[in-house]
Amino acid sequence: MKYWRKPLDIDQIQIPQGEVHIIADRCKGCGFCVEYCPKDVLVMSEEFNRKGYHPPKVVKDGECVNCNLCEMICPDFAIFSLSVENDSGGDTAAEDGQTVKKGESA
Amino acid sequence: MKTDPAGVLTGVHYLDGDFACGEGAMAAGCRFVGGYPITPSTEVVERISRRFPMMGGVFIQMEDELASMAAIVGASWTGTKSLTVTSGPGFSLMMENIGLAAMMETPCVVVNVQRGGPSTGLPTMVGQADMMQARWGSHGDYELITLCPQSPQEAFDLMIDAFNLSELYRVPVMFMMDECVGHMTEKVVIPEADEIEIVPRKLTDKPPGEFQPYVADERLVPEFARAGDGYRFHTTGLTHDERGYPEMSVKAQEKHVGRLVEKIRANADQIVRFEEDDTDGADVVLVTYGITARVAQMGRELAQEQGVKVGMIRLIVVWPFPEKRISELAGKIKAFIVPEINYGQIVLEVERCAAGRAPAILVSHGGGGVHEPEAIAEAIVRAAK
Amino acid sequence: MSTVKESPVSEAVGHCEHPVSPYLRMDRIPHIWCPTCGIGTVVKCYATALEEAGIDLDKMMIVSGIGCTGRVAGYMNLDAFHTTHGRAIPFATGIKLSRPELGVTVFSGDGDLTGIGGNHFIHAARRQMDVLVILINNFIYGMTGGQNAPTTPLGARSSTMPFGNFEPPFNLPHLAASCGAAYVARWTSLHIRRLTKAFREAIDRKGFRFIEVIAPCSTLYARLNKLGTGFNLMQFYHDNSEIRHGADTREVDIGFQKNIVCGKFVDEDKPTFQDRMHQHYEEILKERYVPMAPEGGWIHE
Repeated sequence: MKYWRKPLDIDQIQIPQGEVHIIADRCKGCGFCVEYCPKDVLVMSEEFNRKGYHPPKVVKDGECVNCNLCEMICPDFAIFSLSVENDSGGDTAAEDGQTVKKGESA
Repeated sequence: MKTDPAGVLTGVHYLDGDFACGEGAMAAGCRFVGGYPITPSTEVVERISRRFPMMGGVFIQMEDELASMAAIVGASWTGTKSLTVTSGPGFSLMMENIGLAAMMETPCVVVNVQRGGPSTGLPTMVGQADMMQARWGSHGDYELITLCPQSPQEAFDLMIDAFNLSELYRVPVMFMMDECVGHMTEKVVIPEADEIEIVPRKLTDKPPGEFQPYVADERLVPEFARAGDGYRFHTTGLTHDERGYPEMSVKAQEKHVGRLVEKIRANADQIVRFEEDDTDGADVVLVTYGITARVAQMGRELAQEQGVKVGMIRLIVVWPFPEKRISELAGKIKAFIVPEINYGQIVLEVERCAAGRAPAILVSHGGGGVHEPEAIAEAIVRAAK
Repeated sequence: MSTVKESPVSEAVGHCEHPVSPYLRMDRIPHIWCPTCGIGTVVKCYATALEEAGIDLDKMMIVSGIGCTGRVAGYMNLDAFHTTHGRAIPFATGIKLSRPELGVTVFSGDGDLTGIGGNHFIHAARRQMDVLVILINNFIYGMTGGQNAPTTPLGARSSTMPFGNFEPPFNLPHLAASCGAAYVARWTSLHIRRLTKAFREAIDRKGFRFIEVIAPCSTLYARLNKLGTGFNLMQFYHDNSEIRHGADTREVDIGFQKNIVCGKFVDEDKPTFQDRMHQHYEEILKERYVPMAPEGGWIHE
């Protein structure tokens, strides 16, 4: 992030990190999450889900700040973000095995 | 169980039919009434509005009859016995939500103090022309129960039965009074509270998670769960499955609507109720209900003086109709005489059940007054020849 | 939203399911609403508000009417009632008055609540019935194929006004406020955080609380008016909505593809129908008055 001067509390502020989870088969390709993500982390993928829509995918690794905007605005309950405290690693499976891990593209 | 004494005005009273009806509702445990004023039924809710605040009941005068019916269906889902009161024009307005109550299987009672119709008709004068509407008024297939009192005392007694039947079968019950009975003042004896048996709302004992709102028992009636008890159920006016979720399919329609119809038809023997007098060996049998039953009794006596053997069937539960008994009698008598204050409604049912074996003769009165007993007697005598 | 997602929900569901899934009937997801329809977003905001409010959800009822928005009751994991067209508000009144401890939300559409249900809307507001009314305004009757609604802006096309609407529409915040509603707000489905906050606030208030949510209807309103899809409508809300808290509700009417004034317009503390009923009967009847118990009028052994 570019600053015009260094903030005084820059050592204390921690930018949150988020992990995007996409339940691809629920997505109806509306594009709201892609359009309104403040960090432009998502794009519409070229793949098709089971219903023939293009779900989103993460393209900017590690840039999700867990603002939850995608989660709030998605009309289909198909995307959410969870906070990453530390590198907890490990695979987490969504109901259809389509979880996107932090830093990975779908 | 015994009813809540707070609603029972024990004693010997001199009340009109409307007031007696209100007392009957309160004695039966009704604690929510949504109504809209319409002559000649308004006195029922006026009475209730006066006494309800003393017994934990809530009366609200809603903005129209559609709201009244919707409100009582909602109220019934909290387990509260609910009632609305109206007459012909309001009854027509309530029809959609009567269908909702039937579809959702919501117990409630709708009182129609019948007046001359159609449309605005004769607001202050008697009619009996809503009897078919009570059965067929809402669109679609459903069955419900209809009662018909002939006196203020019966208006009290049958209201308790109306609420009980409504709970037993989870159907809206139509209470078809008429303006004569409603505005007639007679002695009404209200017994002690512990002499009044009521049927409480049958709640499920299954825990949330296991309970499904539309699984029928052996009587084809599902168990109930109160709104707010943690069951998180869903109910809808759409055709639905056992979970209460909408299912638009032939199978669901057959299963659900088929059961709505069957639950009354299969249990008709327990529900049907009528008073039968001297039908053995009779030449002619009168089939009557409501105020006309009392007038017809006079006509019957006149005919009996002329030597005719006249039996009488007085319908107390009009729907489901006593098909079996009418059919049985049809084979043994010369004719049915059906006096009604309309241009022919219940006579059609009698004719249907008689299946051509005995004619069903209508003695019609257009409304605004009751029959002349002589007219009924004349019809009886003519039919007996 | 906090930066660290520590809510019990996400712990309960782990990392494999959407955080608001406890508030939804997951056996019926995916829902029937169209791609780019705004209703799902509003449901998400409402579910979040319910979670944040921390109330006993066994005691929160949801009542819907008929229409696309009317299907909301079918997806929420609360005691849910999908009632007849326009009659959600009196149905909710019956529930609330016969079991006063319950909270009731009416969640329905513009045609349902202000067209056929208009009479019930104004009377419930007048009486200050203690219900929360969430009205999703997509300016059209969506489910039945795109007919003119009482909120369709002048000039907009619909299937029954194929040459453009010439009937002036309702100004819903003004209608609600003039009938005396205690809480009146309007947001769009784009204003997700402010909308969630409005729901939160309204859940904590009492009286007739009315929140209008402008939401895109892609398949009917946008298509019949050649506005693209719901995505384009969301962009329109982004560029043309204006937040004016406390605005005079006379000035917040909506023209076709014109400015949308959002915000909280009315937030007052007013006695509810039940408050007035209790107070009045206590005054007049004194110790003879027996109020309906909070657990309701159910008579049992």
